[in-house]
Amino acid sequence: MSDVTIDLSAGRRPQVSTAGAGDYFALLKPRVMSLVIFTALVGMVLAPGGVHPLIGFVGLLAIAVGAGASGALNMWYDADIDRVMARTSGRPIPAGRVAPAEALQFGLVLSVMSVGVLGVAVNWLAAALLAFTIFFYVAVYTMWLKRWTPQNIVIGGAAGAFPPVIGWAAVTGTISVESLALFAIIFFWTPPHFWALALLKADDYARAGVPMLPVVAGDGATRRHIVAYTALMLPVGALPFALGFASAGYLVISLAMGGWFLYRAVEVLRAPAGPEGRAASVKLFLYSIVYLFGLFAVLLADHVVALLTGAGA
Amino acid sequence: MAEDEDGVRLTPEQKKSRRQRSIAIAAILVGLVVLFYLVTLVRLGGNVAERAI
Repeated sequence: MSDVTIDLSAGRRPQVSTAGAGDYFALLKPRVMSLVIFTALVGMVLAPGGVHPLIGFVGLLAIAVGAGASGALNMWYDADIDRVMARTSGRPIPAGRVAPAEALQFGLVLSVMSVGVLGVAVNWLAAALLAFTIFFYVAVYTMWLKRWTPQNIVIGGAAGAFPPVIGWAAVTGTISVESLALFAIIFFWTPPHFWALALLKADDYARAGVPMLPVVAGDGATRRHIVAYTALMLPVGALPFALGFASAGYLVISLAMGGWFLYRAVEVLRAPAGPEGRAASVKLFLYSIVYLFGLFAVLLADHVVALLTGAGA
Repeated sequence: MAEDEDGVRLTPEQKKSRRQRSIAIAAILVGLVVLFYLVTLVRLGGNVAERAI
């Protein structure tokens, strides 16, 4: 028998968590999760064929939990930069409410469980896509791109664009050109959305050493990029009509909403630096959220109307 | 948190948060049990009724 002494001196005391359930919920990035749930739901509803409502619910739950798990892993890895950014310093890890190891374990367990449940209860293509999405967000975006290149959110945006593809695959067991069109809508929406935020939080990102576009290339270049990517995004919003799974009504609304997005982007470009420039960026950022939720809501409504009137599949 | 010869003693705040976490985990586990049971019924459903005897 050996003598073992446990050093309980200051700094090496066993950590007893004081985290509440709300702190763990915050690790899941609930606001991001709401967008994931909604876009995945639209992917499921638009997909041809059908799925039992309970299986659909479990699929959505697994996709949401998988997205939340990647959020927790992102917060675990980014705790050092979250600590120095005003926007993120109140998150559970930098605020000291959840230990980093707890967040890591929480994220890993939820990742494995969400992928496993999606595979067993729904299908393994959807599960594989969810696993890839978590891997892409955590390893490719968070660990690699985010601190390395100002194109971080352009490429990393793919992670946020996968949920409707997963939702579609949950129903059909396939990846189709229609689900890839939904992917493209979110993919091209992501850069102007995040660059509008980055314009407002450039000091925060600079302090944390994150090479966001305004930090590396300046406000002017970022504003021009916002307009260019918004101009690219506008026709992509019309893809569901071009591919035949949305009506002319959807086309008109998507072009009107995209046109307003472009107007807001041009206002950001034209606004002078200072309070007016910040106000224009705030308006663009808030409208970008309305745009994406709105566009997917219109797609959903358009599909339901087509089903009720027998005008579409 | 304090230590003495009896080991680690939790503060009231730590006890409260641990209890809250335990209740949350219990609720999630019960929810998952019910959900997996229902999923099993749906997945098996017709297949069991239509099996060859």
